[in-house]
Amino acid sequence: MQRTWRSRVLIAYSVAILAFLYLPLMILALYSFNESRLNAVWTGFTFDWYLSLFKNRRVLEALTNSLIIAVASTIVSTILGTMAALALNRYQYKFKPAINSLLYLPILIPEIVMGLSLLVLFSQAQFPLGKPTLILAHITFCLSFVIITVSARLEGMRQDLEQAAEDLYATPWQTFRYVTLPLAMPGIVAGALIAFTLSIDDFIISFFVAGPNSTTLPLYIYAMVKRGISPEINALSTLMIFATIILVIVAQILQPQHTRKH
Amino acid sequence: MKKGKLLILPAIFWLCLFFVIPMLIVVAVSFATRSPYGQIIFDWNIGNYLRFTESLYVSIFIDTLFVAVVTTFFTIIMGYPLAWTIAKLPQKWQQPGLILVMIPFWINFLIRSYAWVIILRTQGVVNTLLLNFGIIDQPLQLLYNDVAVMLGMIYALLPFMVLPIYVSIEQLDTRLLEAASDLGASPLATFRKITLPLTMPGIAAGTILVFISSLGMFVVPDVMGGAKSALVGNLIQNQFLSARDWPFGAALSIILALLSLLLIVLYYKALQSQKGGAENAENVA
Repeated sequence: MQRTWRSRVLIAYSVAILAFLYLPLMILALYSFNESRLNAVWTGFTFDWYLSLFKNRRVLEALTNSLIIAVASTIVSTILGTMAALALNRYQYKFKPAINSLLYLPILIPEIVMGLSLLVLFSQAQFPLGKPTLILAHITFCLSFVIITVSARLEGMRQDLEQAAEDLYATPWQTFRYVTLPLAMPGIVAGALIAFTLSIDDFIISFFVAGPNSTTLPLYIYAMVKRGISPEINALSTLMIFATIILVIVAQILQPQHTRKH
Repeated sequence: MKKGKLLILPAIFWLCLFFVIPMLIVVAVSFATRSPYGQIIFDWNIGNYLRFTESLYVSIFIDTLFVAVVTTFFTIIMGYPLAWTIAKLPQKWQQPGLILVMIPFWINFLIRSYAWVIILRTQGVVNTLLLNFGIIDQPLQLLYNDVAVMLGMIYALLPFMVLPIYVSIEQLDTRLLEAASDLGASPLATFRKITLPLTMPGIAAGTILVFISSLGMFVVPDVMGGAKSALVGNLIQNQFLSARDWPFGAALSIILALLSLLLIVLYYKALQSQKGGAENAENVA
């Protein structure tokens, strides 16, 4: 495409919109290093807010909760999701449209509705709210995303290696263990990373199913925001933004580039 | 080897237990009544749905739809050119460009709304700058109003619009555009007659994602909006947490879920007919 004035305007406009997306996050990060507690006036550079964050027992507790919940829900949703994706890729099912809607509906339904429906379930079953309910809820919303991600990898995979293994008298288990699994692994790892990111970052669903002693990082940030503005929130948010950026980049690199060629 | 077919069962079982059954319970609760002590009495009535027609709730619903429409409009205006620019980048810059749009998509609404609070609050970045330059002598009230909520929504949901549009532009057959300009069509005519119809599925997908997400949004209005900027999401949140009127909250969320699903079904219907249209366009070309 030739560089006309039209394409220059388009690029300038796009850069402005990217700036719109990133400037608020950068300002948020910048003010986590500002000495002044109250104002937006820059009074000097400091690491104090990060230090006070690391000394704050409740932040560390929330971090521990978030990590326990994210690891547990990532493991379970990755295993269940990978199994389902393998089965969907390999076999024909009689009620495929119904199965597909069941598997993908959790992504389409508003998060708030999913959160409150789990709250209603747990309260009707008299199941006390806490880390276990958070883990169950997080597995539920991560599952569909894992299935989509692993399926994308399996669809782009060649099947001839598996057939070769079978021709060479590998047992179904050996074929799976030494051929299918290694080939599908980038998709599985990407799915697990997405599940981990979703879980660590989730606020809406956790908001409904958390108990008194199961505050996660986003829930802690919410409580802080409601109490008032403080540079500690900036520091904690900045750390979460960086964690998310790293996870997204790694997951993106691992994912198959489907959209690229058609 | 039929055993492998059963591998799908744990996922199905899980989603039945933690997705289908909870939704069915919510449907049941939406037909129940709240006792004076906040308990749920299952007496099967449609009172909660009728309550939704009270003028207070109708006006919250209209506000929600209005915010959703405005948000969708601005995300298209902003998202389409951005998606176009990324799709037309040289090959090696495509993935970094895409990641740039993906990153905000993954950072939660809470942190992203809070970033705007830092900027817009009374002692925030904008007010401090304006005061220092002597443009104003009293800080402006930029937060806690409907405009702030809409700004927050546009900011939160823009990536939902860019990604599907990017995919549709990426799949666009550029030979059609070349053919059009070879035949003397102006850039505007090419865009209106070819590019826009062929990328319409992406715009539709983005519209569905943005519209549905903004209908159920409660984080942005909760953090950036005032008491008067409550939307349906906040109303539901209140019924479950402070008002403790679960039956009414359940009815509201069923309405929200049904509306969302209806939009998705309409989208698929439109997509089907659009596919026919796109094929025609390609045949013509």
